[in-house]
Amino acid sequence: MSAGIVVSRVTTEMRRSRAVTISGGILIAIAVFAIIGPFISPHSYLTTDFDGRLAEPTLESFHLFGTDDLGRDLFVRTLLGGQVTLLVAIVASVVSLVIGVAYGAVAGYVGGRIDALMMRAVDALYALPFIFLVILLMVAFERNFLLIFVAIGAINWLDMARIVRGQTISLKQREFVDAAKLIGVPSWRIIFRHITPNLLGVVIVYITLTIPQAILVESFLSFLGLGIQEPQTSLGALVNGGVSQMEQAPWMLLIPAGLLAVILLCFNFLGDGLRDVFDPRQESR
Amino acid sequence: MLRFALLRFLWAIPTLLLVIVLAFLMVHAAPGGPFDAERVLPPEIEDNIARAYHLDEPLPQQFTRYLKGLLKGDFGPSYRYRDYTVSELIGNAIPVSLKLGVLAMGLAVTVGIAAGTLSALRQNTVLDRVTMGFAMSGISIPVFVVAPLLILFFAVKLQWLPASWSGSNSSWRFLLPVVSLALPQVAYIARLTRASMIDVLGSDFIRTARAQGLGTISIVRYHAMKPAMLPVLSYMGPAIAAILTGSVVVEQIFGIPGVGQFFVRGALNRDYTLVLGIVIFYAALVIFLNFVVDVVYGFLDPRIRHR
Repeated sequence: MSAGIVVSRVTTEMRRSRAVTISGGILIAIAVFAIIGPFISPHSYLTTDFDGRLAEPTLESFHLFGTDDLGRDLFVRTLLGGQVTLLVAIVASVVSLVIGVAYGAVAGYVGGRIDALMMRAVDALYALPFIFLVILLMVAFERNFLLIFVAIGAINWLDMARIVRGQTISLKQREFVDAAKLIGVPSWRIIFRHITPNLLGVVIVYITLTIPQAILVESFLSFLGLGIQEPQTSLGALVNGGVSQMEQAPWMLLIPAGLLAVILLCFNFLGDGLRDVFDPRQESR
Repeated sequence: MLRFALLRFLWAIPTLLLVIVLAFLMVHAAPGGPFDAERVLPPEIEDNIARAYHLDEPLPQQFTRYLKGLLKGDFGPSYRYRDYTVSELIGNAIPVSLKLGVLAMGLAVTVGIAAGTLSALRQNTVLDRVTMGFAMSGISIPVFVVAPLLILFFAVKLQWLPASWSGSNSSWRFLLPVVSLALPQVAYIARLTRASMIDVLGSDFIRTARAQGLGTISIVRYHAMKPAMLPVLSYMGPAIAAILTGSVVVEQIFGIPGVGQFFVRGALNRDYTLVLGIVIFYAALVIFLNFVVDVVYGFLDPRIRHR
Protein backbone atom coordinates (compact mmCIF):
# COMPACT_ATOMS: atom_id res chain seq x y z
CA MET A 1 0.00 0.00 0.00
CA SER A 2 1.47 3.33 -0.99
CA ALA A 3 1.57 6.32 1.32
CA GLY A 4 -0.97 8.15 -0.81
CA ILE A 5 -3.57 5.41 -0.40
CA VAL A 6 -2.99 5.28 3.36
CA VAL A 7 -3.45 9.03 3.65
CA SER A 8 -6.63 9.00 1.57
CA ARG A 9 -7.92 6.06 3.62
CA VAL A 10 -7.32 7.91 6.88
CA THR A 11 -8.90 11.13 5.68
CA THR A 12 -11.96 9.22 4.43
CA GLU A 13 -12.20 7.52 7.81
CA MET A 14 -12.03 10.89 9.56
CA ARG A 15 -14.61 12.43 7.28
CA ARG A 16 -16.91 9.50 7.95
CA SER A 17 -16.62 9.74 11.70
CA ARG A 18 -17.20 13.47 11.46
CA ALA A 19 -20.39 12.67 9.55
CA VAL A 20 -21.36 10.32 12.38
CA THR A 21 -20.77 12.97 15.04
CA ILE A 22 -22.55 15.75 13.18
CA SER A 23 -25.60 13.74 12.12
CA GLY A 24 -25.86 12.15 15.56
CA GLY A 25 -25.65 15.58 17.17
CA ILE A 26 -28.35 17.02 14.92
CA LEU A 27 -30.64 14.08 15.67
CA ILE A 28 -30.20 14.46 19.43
CA ALA A 29 -30.85 18.19 19.13
CA ILE A 30 -34.04 17.55 17.14
CA ALA A 31 -35.20 14.96 19.66
CA VAL A 32 -34.61 17.25 22.65
CA PHE A 33 -36.25 20.15 20.87
CA ALA A 34 -39.26 18.07 19.80
CA ILE A 35 -39.83 17.02 23.41
CA ILE A 36 -39.27 20.38 25.12
CA GLY A 37 -40.55 22.70 22.38
CA PRO A 38 -44.30 22.13 22.89
CA PHE A 39 -43.92 23.07 26.58
CA ILE A 40 -42.24 26.37 25.73
CA SER A 41 -44.86 27.47 23.22
CA PRO A 42 -47.97 29.24 24.57
CA HIS A 43 -50.09 27.47 21.93
CA SER A 44 -51.61 24.01 21.95
CA TYR A 45 -51.68 21.66 18.97
CA LEU A 46 -55.48 21.52 19.16
CA THR A 47 -56.69 25.11 19.48
CA THR A 48 -58.18 26.41 16.26
CA ASP A 49 -58.29 30.12 15.48
CA PHE A 50 -60.49 31.03 12.55
CA ASP A 51 -59.30 34.63 12.38
CA GLY A 52 -55.67 33.59 12.28
CA ARG A 53 -55.80 30.97 9.54
CA LEU A 54 -52.80 30.44 7.25
CA ALA A 55 -50.83 33.08 9.14
CA GLU A 56 -47.23 33.52 8.08
CA PRO A 57 -44.47 32.60 10.50
CA THR A 58 -43.96 35.49 12.94
CA LEU A 59 -42.15 36.07 16.20
CA GLU A 60 -44.65 38.41 17.90
CA SER A 61 -47.63 36.04 18.24
CA PHE A 62 -45.13 33.20 18.78
CA HIS A 63 -46.46 31.33 15.74
CA LEU A 64 -42.86 30.60 14.82
CA PHE A 65 -43.82 28.30 11.92
CA GLY A 66 -47.12 30.08 11.09
CA THR A 67 -50.56 28.49 11.32
CA ASP A 68 -52.45 25.96 9.21
CA ASP A 69 -55.78 26.21 7.40
CA LEU A 70 -57.65 25.79 10.70
CA GLY A 71 -55.53 28.38 12.48
CA ARG A 72 -53.66 25.80 14.54
CA ASP A 73 -50.11 26.61 15.54
CA LEU A 74 -47.68 24.83 13.24
CA PHE A 75 -44.68 25.12 15.52
CA VAL A 76 -46.24 22.83 18.10
CA ARG A 77 -47.79 20.58 15.47
CA THR A 78 -44.50 20.15 13.62
CA LEU A 79 -42.66 19.26 16.82
CA LEU A 80 -45.44 16.84 17.71
CA GLY A 81 -45.07 15.29 14.27
CA GLY A 82 -41.34 15.04 14.93
CA GLN A 83 -42.07 13.18 18.17
CA VAL A 84 -44.22 10.64 16.32
CA THR A 85 -41.52 10.20 13.69
CA LEU A 86 -38.85 9.52 16.30
CA LEU A 87 -41.20 7.25 18.25
CA VAL A 88 -41.86 5.13 15.17
CA ALA A 89 -38.13 4.95 14.71
CA ILE A 90 -37.72 3.44 18.17
CA VAL A 91 -40.72 1.09 18.28
CA ALA A 92 -40.41 -0.21 14.74
CA SER A 93 -36.70 -0.81 15.10
CA VAL A 94 -37.18 -2.74 18.36
CA VAL A 95 -39.80 -4.94 16.68
CA SER A 96 -37.64 -5.57 13.64
CA LEU A 97 -34.67 -6.20 15.91
CA VAL A 98 -36.46 -8.86 17.95
CA ILE A 99 -37.84 -10.70 14.92
CA GLY A 100 -34.73 -10.33 12.78
CA VAL A 101 -32.24 -11.38 15.45
CA ALA A 102 -34.29 -14.36 16.63
CA TYR A 103 -34.91 -15.59 13.08
CA GLY A 104 -31.37 -15.04 11.86
CA ALA A 105 -29.69 -16.49 14.93
CA VAL A 106 -31.82 -19.63 14.88
CA ALA A 107 -31.30 -20.17 11.14
CA GLY A 108 -27.57 -19.59 11.41
CA TYR A 109 -27.09 -21.75 14.48
CA VAL A 110 -29.25 -24.70 13.46
CA GLY A 111 -27.90 -24.70 9.90
CA GLY A 112 -28.46 -27.43 7.33
CA ARG A 113 -31.83 -27.97 5.74
CA ILE A 114 -33.79 -25.83 8.18
CA ASP A 115 -31.43 -22.93 7.57
CA ALA A 116 -31.73 -23.33 3.80
CA LEU A 117 -35.50 -23.40 4.02
CA MET A 118 -35.68 -20.42 6.37
CA MET A 119 -33.42 -18.33 4.17
CA ARG A 120 -35.28 -19.35 1.04
CA ALA A 121 -38.44 -18.11 2.75
CA VAL A 122 -36.72 -14.78 3.42
CA ASP A 123 -35.77 -14.58 -0.27
CA ALA A 124 -39.37 -15.19 -1.20
CA LEU A 125 -40.63 -12.62 1.30
CA TYR A 126 -38.28 -10.05 -0.22
CA ALA A 127 -40.44 -10.16 -3.30
CA LEU A 128 -43.56 -9.18 -1.38
CA PRO A 129 -44.85 -5.64 -1.50
CA PHE A 130 -45.40 -5.60 2.27
CA ILE A 131 -46.41 -1.99 2.39
CA PHE A 132 -49.64 -2.81 0.59
CA LEU A 133 -50.44 -5.46 3.16
CA VAL A 134 -49.89 -2.87 5.88
CA ILE A 135 -52.30 -0.55 4.09
CA LEU A 136 -54.80 -3.37 3.93
CA LEU A 137 -54.33 -3.85 7.67
CA MET A 138 -54.96 -0.14 8.19
CA VAL A 139 -58.13 -0.35 6.12
CA ALA A 140 -59.45 -3.39 7.91
CA PHE A 141 -58.77 -2.39 11.50
CA GLU A 142 -59.02 0.61 13.74
CA ARG A 143 -55.94 2.68 13.21
CA ASN A 144 -54.13 3.05 16.48
CA PHE A 145 -50.58 4.11 17.09
CA LEU A 146 -49.35 0.79 18.30
CA LEU A 147 -50.75 -1.29 15.44
CA ILE A 148 -49.14 1.03 12.89
CA PHE A 149 -45.77 0.97 14.61
CA VAL A 150 -45.70 -2.78 15.16
CA ALA A 151 -46.82 -3.46 11.58
CA ILE A 152 -44.04 -1.26 10.25
CA GLY A 153 -41.48 -3.02 12.42
CA ALA A 154 -42.78 -6.41 11.35
CA ILE A 155 -42.02 -5.74 7.68
CA ASN A 156 -38.48 -4.49 8.15
CA TRP A 157 -36.71 -7.50 9.65
CA LEU A 158 -35.53 -9.29 6.50
CA ASP A 159 -32.18 -7.53 6.13
CA MET A 160 -31.52 -7.92 9.82
CA ALA A 161 -32.22 -11.65 9.67
CA ARG A 162 -29.73 -12.11 6.80
CA ILE A 163 -26.96 -10.16 8.48
CA VAL A 164 -27.48 -11.86 11.84
CA ARG A 165 -27.48 -15.32 10.22
CA GLY A 166 -24.15 -14.62 8.55
CA GLN A 167 -22.60 -13.44 11.80
CA THR A 168 -24.03 -16.38 13.74
CA ILE A 169 -22.50 -18.88 11.33
CA SER A 170 -19.06 -17.46 11.96
CA LEU A 171 -19.63 -17.13 15.71
CA LYS A 172 -20.80 -20.69 16.25
CA GLN A 173 -17.37 -22.03 15.22
CA ARG A 174 -15.70 -20.17 18.06
CA GLU A 175 -14.31 -21.91 21.14
CA PHE A 176 -16.73 -20.46 23.65
CA VAL A 177 -19.63 -22.07 21.83
CA ASP A 178 -17.85 -25.41 21.83
CA ALA A 179 -17.18 -24.97 25.52
CA ALA A 180 -20.82 -24.22 26.21
CA LYS A 181 -21.89 -27.29 24.21
CA LEU A 182 -19.38 -29.40 26.08
CA ILE A 183 -20.85 -28.59 29.46
CA GLY A 184 -24.33 -29.34 28.15
CA VAL A 185 -25.91 -25.92 27.68
CA PRO A 186 -29.10 -26.37 25.61
CA SER A 187 -29.13 -24.95 22.08
CA TRP A 188 -31.70 -22.22 22.68
CA ARG A 189 -29.66 -20.99 25.61
CA ILE A 190 -26.48 -20.92 23.53
CA ILE A 191 -28.29 -18.95 20.86
CA PHE A 192 -29.81 -16.36 23.14
CA ARG A 193 -27.26 -16.09 25.94
CA HIS A 194 -23.96 -16.72 24.20
CA ILE A 195 -24.37 -15.79 20.56
CA THR A 196 -26.79 -12.86 20.44
CA PRO A 197 -24.82 -10.65 22.86
CA ASN A 198 -21.87 -10.91 20.46
CA LEU A 199 -23.98 -9.65 17.58
CA LEU A 200 -24.43 -6.23 19.17
CA GLY A 201 -22.05 -4.19 17.01
CA VAL A 202 -23.44 -5.37 13.69
CA VAL A 203 -27.00 -5.13 14.96
CA ILE A 204 -26.58 -1.50 16.01
CA VAL A 205 -25.29 -0.56 12.57
CA TYR A 206 -28.17 -2.21 10.76
CA ILE A 207 -30.75 -0.79 13.15
CA THR A 208 -29.58 2.69 12.20
CA LEU A 209 -30.08 1.77 8.57
CA THR A 210 -33.53 0.27 9.24
CA ILE A 211 -34.80 3.36 11.04
CA PRO A 212 -35.06 5.64 8.00
CA GLN A 213 -37.00 2.93 6.19
CA ALA A 214 -39.47 2.68 9.06
CA ILE A 215 -39.86 6.46 9.14
CA LEU A 216 -40.47 6.46 5.39
CA VAL A 217 -43.23 3.87 5.68
CA GLU A 218 -44.98 5.71 8.52
CA SER A 219 -44.86 9.08 6.80
CA PHE A 220 -46.00 7.46 3.55
CA LEU A 221 -49.06 6.01 5.30
CA SER A 222 -49.81 9.26 7.11
CA PHE A 223 -49.37 11.23 3.92
CA LEU A 224 -52.06 9.13 2.27
CA GLY A 225 -54.33 9.66 5.28
CA LEU A 226 -54.00 6.02 6.31
CA GLY A 227 -51.61 6.42 9.21
CA ILE A 228 -51.79 8.71 12.23
CA GLN A 229 -55.27 10.25 12.47
CA GLU A 230 -56.35 13.82 13.32
CA PRO A 231 -56.06 15.62 15.66
CA GLN A 232 -52.85 13.68 16.29
CA THR A 233 -50.31 14.33 13.61
CA SER A 234 -47.06 13.18 12.08
CA LEU A 235 -44.68 14.76 9.63
CA GLY A 236 -46.19 12.81 6.74
CA ALA A 237 -49.68 14.06 7.61
CA LEU A 238 -48.37 17.63 7.90
CA VAL A 239 -46.73 17.40 4.47
CA ASN A 240 -50.05 16.19 3.11
CA GLY A 241 -51.81 19.21 4.62
CA GLY A 242 -49.09 21.43 3.20
CA VAL A 243 -49.55 20.09 -0.32
CA SER A 244 -53.18 21.18 -0.41
CA GLN A 245 -52.28 24.73 0.70
CA MET A 246 -48.91 25.12 -0.99
CA GLU A 247 -49.88 28.07 -3.20
CA GLN A 248 -51.27 30.25 -0.39
CA ALA A 249 -49.09 29.02 2.45
CA PRO A 250 -45.85 27.41 1.24
CA TRP A 251 -44.47 27.28 4.80
CA MET A 252 -47.09 24.64 5.62
CA LEU A 253 -45.31 22.38 3.14
CA LEU A 254 -41.71 23.50 3.45
CA ILE A 255 -41.22 23.33 7.22
CA PRO A 256 -42.45 19.78 7.94
CA ALA A 257 -40.99 18.52 4.65
CA GLY A 258 -37.66 20.08 5.57
CA LEU A 259 -37.65 18.56 9.04
CA LEU A 260 -38.54 15.12 7.68
CA ALA A 261 -35.78 15.38 5.07
CA VAL A 262 -33.20 16.43 7.69
CA ILE A 263 -34.14 13.57 10.03
CA LEU A 264 -33.94 10.99 7.22
CA LEU A 265 -30.66 12.38 5.89
CA CYS A 266 -29.10 12.31 9.37
CA PHE A 267 -30.15 8.70 9.99
CA ASN A 268 -28.79 7.64 6.61
CA PHE A 269 -25.47 9.40 7.18
CA LEU A 270 -25.27 7.99 10.69
CA GLY A 271 -25.93 4.44 9.51
CA ASP A 272 -23.51 4.72 6.62
CA GLY A 273 -20.80 6.15 8.83
CA LEU A 274 -21.30 3.55 11.56
CA ARG A 275 -21.19 0.76 9.03
CA ASP A 276 -17.85 1.96 7.73
CA VAL A 277 -16.46 2.17 11.23
CA PHE A 278 -17.81 -1.14 12.60
CA ASP A 279 -18.05 -3.25 9.50
CA PRO A 280 -15.50 -2.13 6.93
CA ARG A 281 -15.97 -5.27 4.83
CA GLN A 282 -19.42 -4.20 3.71
CA GLU A 283 -19.15 -1.88 0.74
CA SER A 284 -21.20 1.23 1.34
CA ARG A 285 -23.81 1.72 -1.30
CA MET B 1 -31.12 -23.00 -17.22
CA LEU B 2 -34.65 -24.18 -17.90
CA ARG B 3 -34.58 -26.16 -14.65
CA PHE B 4 -33.43 -23.06 -12.79
CA ALA B 5 -36.20 -20.92 -14.27
CA LEU B 6 -38.79 -23.56 -13.52
CA LEU B 7 -37.62 -23.86 -9.92
CA ARG B 8 -37.87 -20.14 -9.44
CA PHE B 9 -41.31 -20.15 -10.91
CA LEU B 10 -42.40 -22.87 -8.51
CA TRP B 11 -41.30 -20.66 -5.61
CA ALA B 12 -43.34 -17.78 -6.94
CA ILE B 13 -46.63 -19.68 -6.73
CA PRO B 14 -46.70 -20.32 -2.96
CA THR B 15 -45.50 -16.75 -2.38
CA LEU B 16 -48.43 -15.34 -4.30
CA LEU B 17 -50.80 -17.76 -2.62
CA LEU B 18 -49.51 -16.62 0.75
CA VAL B 19 -50.30 -13.01 -0.12
CA ILE B 20 -53.77 -13.91 -1.30
CA VAL B 21 -54.55 -15.86 1.87
CA LEU B 22 -53.11 -13.15 4.15
CA ALA B 23 -54.90 -10.34 2.35
CA PHE B 24 -58.18 -12.24 2.19
CA LEU B 25 -58.09 -13.12 5.88
CA MET B 26 -57.19 -9.57 6.86
CA VAL B 27 -60.15 -8.14 5.02
CA HIS B 28 -62.54 -10.73 6.41
CA ALA B 29 -61.28 -10.36 9.96
CA ALA B 30 -62.14 -6.67 9.83
CA PRO B 31 -64.62 -5.64 12.50
CA GLY B 32 -67.88 -4.41 10.97
CA GLY B 33 -69.17 -5.28 7.53
CA PRO B 34 -68.41 -3.44 4.31
CA PHE B 35 -71.98 -2.18 4.13
CA ASP B 36 -72.19 -0.68 7.60
CA ALA B 37 -73.47 2.82 6.98
CA GLU B 38 -74.90 5.59 9.09
CA ARG B 39 -78.37 4.66 7.90
CA VAL B 40 -79.66 1.55 9.60
CA LEU B 41 -81.13 -0.86 7.07
CA PRO B 42 -83.95 -3.29 7.81
CA PRO B 43 -82.53 -6.75 8.59
CA GLU B 44 -84.19 -8.33 5.52
CA ILE B 45 -82.36 -5.92 3.23
CA GLU B 46 -79.08 -6.54 5.01
CA ASP B 47 -79.61 -10.27 4.54
CA ASN B 48 -80.27 -9.71 0.87
CA ILE B 49 -77.11 -7.67 0.42
CA ALA B 50 -75.10 -10.30 2.26
CA ARG B 51 -76.56 -13.00 0.05
CA ALA B 52 -75.95 -11.03 -3.16
CA TYR B 53 -72.26 -10.67 -2.29
CA HIS B 54 -72.02 -14.23 -0.90
CA LEU B 55 -71.15 -12.86 2.54
CA ASP B 56 -73.49 -15.35 4.19
CA GLU B 57 -71.37 -18.33 3.17
CA PRO B 58 -68.75 -19.83 5.47
CA LEU B 59 -65.25 -18.39 5.05
CA PRO B 60 -63.56 -21.35 3.27
CA GLN B 61 -66.36 -21.42 0.71
CA GLN B 62 -66.00 -17.67 0.14
CA PHE B 63 -62.27 -18.11 -0.29
CA THR B 64 -62.51 -20.89 -2.88
CA ARG B 65 -65.12 -18.84 -4.74
CA TYR B 66 -62.76 -15.86 -4.73
CA LEU B 67 -59.79 -17.97 -5.81
CA LYS B 68 -61.75 -19.51 -8.68
CA GLY B 69 -62.70 -16.01 -9.78
CA LEU B 70 -59.07 -14.89 -9.64
CA LEU B 71 -58.00 -17.70 -11.94
CA LYS B 72 -60.43 -16.33 -14.49
CA GLY B 73 -59.20 -12.78 -13.92
CA ASP B 74 -62.35 -11.87 -12.01
CA PHE B 75 -61.74 -9.87 -8.83
CA GLY B 76 -65.41 -9.63 -7.93
CA PRO B 77 -67.66 -6.56 -7.78
CA SER B 78 -66.61 -3.27 -6.23
CA TYR B 79 -68.43 -2.48 -2.99
CA ARG B 80 -68.42 1.26 -3.57
CA TYR B 81 -68.31 1.87 -7.32
CA ARG B 82 -71.65 0.34 -8.15
CA ASP B 83 -72.04 -1.30 -11.57
CA TYR B 84 -68.28 -1.74 -11.87
CA THR B 85 -66.29 -4.87 -11.25
CA VAL B 86 -62.87 -4.54 -9.67
CA SER B 87 -61.32 -6.00 -12.83
CA GLU B 88 -62.89 -3.22 -14.92
CA LEU B 89 -61.65 -0.53 -12.56
CA ILE B 90 -58.11 -1.92 -12.53
CA GLY B 91 -58.14 -2.62 -16.26
CA ASN B 92 -59.13 0.93 -17.17
CA ALA B 93 -56.48 2.39 -14.90
CA ILE B 94 -53.58 0.17 -16.01
CA PRO B 95 -52.43 1.94 -19.22
CA VAL B 96 -51.61 5.31 -17.63
CA SER B 97 -49.94 3.72 -14.59
CA LEU B 98 -47.93 1.41 -16.80
CA LYS B 99 -46.68 4.31 -18.91
CA LEU B 100 -45.72 6.24 -15.80
CA GLY B 101 -43.89 3.29 -14.28
CA VAL B 102 -42.02 2.27 -17.43
CA LEU B 103 -40.88 5.83 -18.13
CA ALA B 104 -39.72 6.31 -14.53
CA MET B 105 -37.88 2.99 -14.55
CA GLY B 106 -36.18 3.82 -17.85
CA LEU B 107 -35.10 7.22 -16.57
CA ALA B 108 -33.85 5.78 -13.28
CA VAL B 109 -31.78 3.07 -14.97
CA THR B 110 -30.16 5.26 -17.66
CA VAL B 111 -29.39 8.29 -15.50
CA GLY B 112 -28.46 6.19 -12.47
CA ILE B 113 -25.98 3.99 -14.34
CA ALA B 114 -24.46 6.93 -16.20
CA ALA B 115 -24.01 9.01 -13.04
CA GLY B 116 -22.65 6.07 -11.06
CA THR B 117 -20.13 5.11 -13.75
CA LEU B 118 -18.95 8.68 -14.11
CA SER B 119 -18.57 8.97 -10.35
CA ALA B 120 -16.57 5.74 -10.20
CA LEU B 121 -14.20 6.90 -12.95
CA ARG B 122 -13.65 10.25 -11.20
CA GLN B 123 -13.50 8.79 -7.71
CA ASN B 124 -12.91 11.31 -4.89
CA THR B 125 -13.06 14.34 -7.17
CA VAL B 126 -15.48 17.21 -6.71
CA LEU B 127 -17.76 15.71 -9.36
CA ASP B 128 -17.91 12.44 -7.44
CA ARG B 129 -18.65 14.14 -4.12
CA VAL B 130 -21.39 16.32 -5.59
CA THR B 131 -23.01 13.37 -7.38
CA MET B 132 -22.91 11.21 -4.27
CA GLY B 133 -24.23 14.07 -2.15
CA PHE B 134 -27.18 14.35 -4.50
CA ALA B 135 -27.61 10.61 -4.41
CA MET B 136 -27.72 10.56 -0.60
CA SER B 137 -30.38 13.29 -0.62
CA GLY B 138 -32.29 11.41 -3.31
CA ILE B 139 -32.36 8.29 -1.15
CA SER B 140 -33.35 10.17 2.00
CA ILE B 141 -36.02 12.50 0.70
CA PRO B 142 -39.30 10.71 0.07
CA VAL B 143 -41.28 10.98 -3.17
CA PHE B 144 -44.13 12.79 -1.47
CA VAL B 145 -41.74 15.57 -0.49
CA VAL B 146 -39.91 15.76 -3.82
CA ALA B 147 -43.08 15.89 -5.93
CA PRO B 148 -44.71 18.89 -4.16
CA LEU B 149 -41.40 20.75 -4.16
CA LEU B 150 -41.05 20.21 -7.91
CA ILE B 151 -44.62 21.43 -8.40
CA LEU B 152 -44.01 24.44 -6.20
CA PHE B 153 -40.94 25.39 -8.19
CA PHE B 154 -41.66 24.44 -11.81
CA ALA B 155 -45.42 24.79 -11.95
CA VAL B 156 -46.40 27.41 -9.37
CA LYS B 157 -43.38 29.67 -9.37
CA LEU B 158 -41.93 29.41 -12.87
CA GLN B 159 -45.17 28.20 -14.50
CA TRP B 160 -43.19 26.14 -17.00
CA LEU B 161 -45.06 22.91 -16.56
CA PRO B 162 -48.63 21.95 -15.69
CA ALA B 163 -49.17 21.32 -11.97
CA SER B 164 -51.91 18.76 -12.35
CA TRP B 165 -52.96 16.09 -14.75
CA SER B 166 -56.35 17.45 -15.73
CA GLY B 167 -55.02 20.96 -16.38
CA SER B 168 -53.28 19.97 -19.59
CA ASN B 169 -53.36 17.57 -22.47
CA SER B 170 -49.78 17.65 -23.75
CA SER B 171 -47.31 14.90 -22.96
CA TRP B 172 -45.40 17.44 -20.87
CA ARG B 173 -47.74 16.54 -18.05
CA PHE B 174 -45.81 13.27 -17.73
CA LEU B 175 -42.55 15.06 -17.00
CA LEU B 176 -42.92 16.07 -13.34
CA PRO B 177 -44.58 12.82 -12.19
CA VAL B 178 -41.98 10.69 -13.96
CA VAL B 179 -39.07 12.74 -12.61
CA SER B 180 -40.33 12.71 -9.02
CA LEU B 181 -41.01 8.99 -9.23
CA ALA B 182 -37.59 8.24 -10.73
CA LEU B 183 -35.38 10.44 -8.52
CA PRO B 184 -34.97 8.14 -5.48
CA GLN B 185 -34.27 5.20 -7.79
CA VAL B 186 -31.74 7.25 -9.79
CA ALA B 187 -30.00 7.89 -6.49
CA TYR B 188 -29.99 4.23 -5.43
CA ILE B 189 -28.82 2.95 -8.78
CA ALA B 190 -26.09 5.61 -9.01
CA ARG B 191 -24.70 4.58 -5.61
CA LEU B 192 -24.86 0.88 -6.43
CA THR B 193 -23.23 1.38 -9.82
CA ARG B 194 -20.46 3.51 -8.36
CA ALA B 195 -19.62 0.97 -5.64
CA SER B 196 -19.62 -2.06 -7.90
CA MET B 197 -17.83 -0.23 -10.73
CA ILE B 198 -15.03 0.78 -8.36
CA ASP B 199 -14.86 -2.82 -7.23
CA VAL B 200 -14.65 -4.18 -10.78
CA LEU B 201 -12.19 -1.54 -11.97
CA GLY B 202 -9.81 -2.62 -9.21
CA SER B 203 -9.80 -6.27 -10.30
CA ASP B 204 -6.98 -8.08 -12.08
CA PHE B 205 -8.58 -8.59 -15.47
CA ILE B 206 -9.08 -4.83 -15.79
CA ARG B 207 -5.40 -4.27 -15.00
CA THR B 208 -4.52 -6.74 -17.72
CA ALA B 209 -6.75 -4.89 -20.17
CA ARG B 210 -5.08 -1.60 -19.19
CA ALA B 211 -1.64 -3.14 -19.59
CA GLN B 212 -2.57 -4.12 -23.11
CA GLY B 213 -3.18 -0.47 -23.81
CA LEU B 214 -6.96 -0.32 -23.90
CA GLY B 215 -8.52 3.10 -23.34
CA THR B 216 -10.85 3.86 -20.45
CA ILE B 217 -13.94 3.97 -22.63
CA SER B 218 -13.34 0.55 -24.18
CA ILE B 219 -12.47 -0.93 -20.80
CA VAL B 220 -15.71 0.25 -19.29
CA ARG B 221 -17.77 -0.67 -22.30
CA TYR B 222 -16.39 -4.10 -23.13
CA HIS B 223 -14.98 -5.39 -19.85
CA ALA B 224 -16.22 -3.61 -16.74
CA MET B 225 -19.85 -2.85 -17.53
CA LYS B 226 -21.28 -6.35 -17.53
CA PRO B 227 -19.87 -7.59 -14.21
CA ALA B 228 -20.52 -4.20 -12.60
CA MET B 229 -24.18 -4.41 -13.56
CA LEU B 230 -24.91 -7.55 -11.53
CA PRO B 231 -25.60 -5.77 -8.20
CA VAL B 232 -27.70 -3.23 -10.07
CA LEU B 233 -29.68 -6.02 -11.67
CA SER B 234 -30.34 -7.65 -8.31
CA TYR B 235 -31.62 -4.31 -7.08
CA MET B 236 -34.21 -4.24 -9.87
CA GLY B 237 -36.69 -6.24 -7.80
CA PRO B 238 -36.78 -3.76 -4.89
CA ALA B 239 -36.69 -0.91 -7.42
CA ILE B 240 -39.83 -2.20 -9.10
CA ALA B 241 -41.59 -2.44 -5.74
CA ALA B 242 -40.44 1.08 -4.83
CA ILE B 243 -41.68 2.54 -8.11
CA LEU B 244 -45.02 0.83 -7.56
CA THR B 245 -45.27 2.26 -4.04
CA GLY B 246 -44.14 5.66 -5.24
CA SER B 247 -46.70 5.66 -8.04
CA VAL B 248 -49.46 5.50 -5.43
CA VAL B 249 -48.24 8.79 -3.96
CA VAL B 250 -47.41 10.44 -7.27
CA GLU B 251 -50.78 9.62 -8.79
CA GLN B 252 -52.40 11.05 -5.68
CA ILE B 253 -50.40 14.29 -5.78
CA PHE B 254 -50.76 14.96 -9.50
CA GLY B 255 -54.29 13.63 -9.76
CA ILE B 256 -53.45 10.93 -12.30
CA PRO B 257 -56.31 8.44 -12.76
CA GLY B 258 -54.15 5.34 -12.40
CA VAL B 259 -54.30 2.17 -10.33
CA GLY B 260 -52.63 3.89 -7.37
CA GLN B 261 -55.30 6.53 -7.12
CA PHE B 262 -58.04 3.92 -7.09
CA PHE B 263 -56.09 2.10 -4.43
CA VAL B 264 -55.94 5.13 -2.11
CA ARG B 265 -59.57 6.02 -2.75
CA GLY B 266 -60.60 2.45 -2.12
CA ALA B 267 -58.57 2.39 1.10
CA LEU B 268 -60.12 5.63 2.38
CA ASN B 269 -63.65 4.51 1.39
CA ARG B 270 -63.18 1.04 2.83
CA ASP B 271 -63.98 -0.50 -0.53
CA TYR B 272 -62.74 -3.91 0.59
CA THR B 273 -62.94 -5.81 -2.67
CA LEU B 274 -61.24 -3.03 -4.61
CA VAL B 275 -58.36 -2.75 -2.13
CA LEU B 276 -58.04 -6.53 -1.88
CA GLY B 277 -58.02 -6.81 -5.66
CA ILE B 278 -55.37 -4.14 -6.12
CA VAL B 279 -53.15 -5.60 -3.38
CA ILE B 280 -53.28 -8.99 -5.10
CA PHE B 281 -52.70 -7.39 -8.50
CA TYR B 282 -49.65 -5.47 -7.18
CA ALA B 283 -48.31 -8.54 -5.43
CA ALA B 284 -48.67 -10.66 -8.56
CA LEU B 285 -46.92 -7.97 -10.59
CA VAL B 286 -44.02 -7.61 -8.16
CA ILE B 287 -43.59 -11.37 -7.77
CA PHE B 288 -43.68 -11.92 -11.53
CA LEU B 289 -41.18 -9.14 -12.27
CA ASN B 290 -38.90 -10.45 -9.52
CA PHE B 291 -39.05 -13.83 -11.17
CA VAL B 292 -38.05 -12.26 -14.48
CA VAL B 293 -35.15 -10.43 -12.81
CA ASP B 294 -34.00 -13.69 -11.18
CA VAL B 295 -34.02 -15.53 -14.48
CA VAL B 296 -32.13 -12.75 -16.26
CA TYR B 297 -29.62 -12.76 -13.41
CA GLY B 298 -29.17 -16.49 -13.70
CA PHE B 299 -28.65 -16.04 -17.42
CA LEU B 300 -25.92 -13.44 -16.91
CA ASP B 301 -24.22 -15.06 -13.95
CA PRO B 302 -23.84 -18.84 -14.35
CA ARG B 303 -22.68 -19.20 -10.74
CA ILE B 304 -26.22 -18.51 -9.54
CA ARG B 305 -28.05 -21.12 -11.55
CA HIS B 306 -25.63 -23.90 -10.65
CA ARG B 307 -25.84 -23.28 -6.94
